[in-house]
Amino acid sequence: MTATTTAPLAATPARTVRQPSARLRAWATRAPLLPALVFMIVVTQLPFVATLVISFFDWNALYPKARHFTGLDNYREVLTDADLRHSVWTTVLLTAGVVLASLVLGLVLALLLDRRFRGRGIVRTLLIAPFLVVPVAAALLWKHVLYNPEYGLFNGLLHYVGGPQPDWVSRTPLLAVEASLVWQWTPFMMLILLAGLQSRDQQQIEAARVDGASDWQIFRHLTLPHLRRYLELGALLGSIYIVQNFDAVFTITSGGLGTANLPYTVYQSFYQAHENGLASAAGVLVVIGSIVIATFALRVVSSLFREEVSRA
Amino acid sequence: MSVLRRGGLGLLAWLAGIVFFLPIAWMALTSFHSEADAATNPPSFTAALTLDGYREFFGSGGGASPWPALINSTVASVASTLLVLLLALPAAYALSIRPVKKWTDVLFFFLSTKMLPAVAGLLPIYLFAKNAQLLDNIWLLVVLYTSMNLPIAVWMMQSFLAEVPVAVIEAARVDGARLPVILARVVAPIALPGIAATALICFIFSWNELLFARVLTGVVAETAPVFLTGFITSQGLFLAKVCAASLVISLPVLAAGFAAQDKLVQGLSLGAVK
Repeated sequence: MTATTTAPLAATPARTVRQPSARLRAWATRAPLLPALVFMIVVTQLPFVATLVISFFDWNALYPKARHFTGLDNYREVLTDADLRHSVWTTVLLTAGVVLASLVLGLVLALLLDRRFRGRGIVRTLLIAPFLVVPVAAALLWKHVLYNPEYGLFNGLLHYVGGPQPDWVSRTPLLAVEASLVWQWTPFMMLILLAGLQSRDQQQIEAARVDGASDWQIFRHLTLPHLRRYLELGALLGSIYIVQNFDAVFTITSGGLGTANLPYTVYQSFYQAHENGLASAAGVLVVIGSIVIATFALRVVSSLFREEVSRA
Repeated sequence: MSVLRRGGLGLLAWLAGIVFFLPIAWMALTSFHSEADAATNPPSFTAALTLDGYREFFGSGGGASPWPALINSTVASVASTLLVLLLALPAAYALSIRPVKKWTDVLFFFLSTKMLPAVAGLLPIYLFAKNAQLLDNIWLLVVLYTSMNLPIAVWMMQSFLAEVPVAVIEAARVDGARLPVILARVVAPIALPGIAATALICFIFSWNELLFARVLTGVVAETAPVFLTGFITSQGLFLAKVCAASLVISLPVLAAGFAAQDKLVQGLSLGAVK
């Protein structure tokens, strides 16, 4: 019980009178943070700085002696190389296509799940499952089990209705990769949008309904504006993950048939072609692209975050 | 009319659930078929069931055994998750319960590192590992997976620890409880479900990772997703084996994901959505 009175008394004068002790205490507060902070700076920031430096060198790992500084040559080469330019375009198409399609599908599913019906929990579980398949396994599933022209499930089902038997991957390679990713990412979007739907102000919706608003009017004027930031968040987080996608491209097409995106190209240019300088320049370009997305993402996250903090 | 429509929409939701789950159900069914039955067109839904695909996957047919890869993945995922918790818990404490000055800035620094594409750091990490003789070493992956998951964990745990009412902690302190006691008796019971969910999500991301594992490991430290890349090129009749492999390797993720279902959104949206 004595601590009741001494603790606050001891704390107050120390802060005002003894300066070093206050500084000590500030460091004591910071101390638990430092290991994580130092770890992150060393493991994530230093390699990036190294990438930046390497990107200014002409450096093929097979000819290490010929390494020399070339300024912006690698960037010029990356930006003028037809293959690399194509991979930038592929990355944009892949990311935008997957994000938009899974966002729309996710919205529809979230709206369906936002109402009471028998077995809602089971349906939710069924819908989440695709997101919980290991990405390489999911890509293998689509490549061999669904898309295979001879014994894949798609052509098997088409067989019943006497439909054509297309070779999905070689006919529409990018679409084939995108479809598998949409399947995996729709549950992600659905979960975020469902959380958004469930944080709506129910009283406001009831009031609108009492005033005679139709379902569509409620959706258009209440639900959609409320969902806007959740849609943005889903789109931005989805973009950040899908811009970096490697697994699906690597597995389904091995980067062939014009589906090589930037991460695959970076992987290929140093892992197979041993062009360290070029790979780094391409890597820096991926980062610049991501920073553009990330700036918006951070803004959305911080506005949601501030709302949470002020609500608490 | 309204009842009819409501029933219709429920049916539609069920239909959507089944369509999305169908590929997984088909994968599971195929994994229990013989290779000959797995590769028919039209598909054989009612063929006899067998465990041959699983036997084949676990190496009875003379192929490489998946056990070393499964063990490597377990080591990499569990060890990195523990390391993440060790680093993230004190950090989250300093960002929520006794916040440092400008704690939101620190929080956003962690988040911004997550937005740096992994591929950008890959080359220097590869060169470093090569020089330090760390290629094909599972502990290198442990360190990298820790850095990959630390921002997510800090964000999630910050939001879970912030849910512990300050008044309760103050009351315990006033009653003379020391920090370890406060952490164990007051903070832990409230934050534990959240911490568990965080750990499960970190486990999933580590288990799934391919790019780093593919580039930085070889024979010894190969992980389960790298093992799966062995199935990229077709090898005659091997569908049942592929399905068995994909399913077995996805099982830990499915289990962890369903266990963390309620907190999954919070983790995936880095704590922005509750």
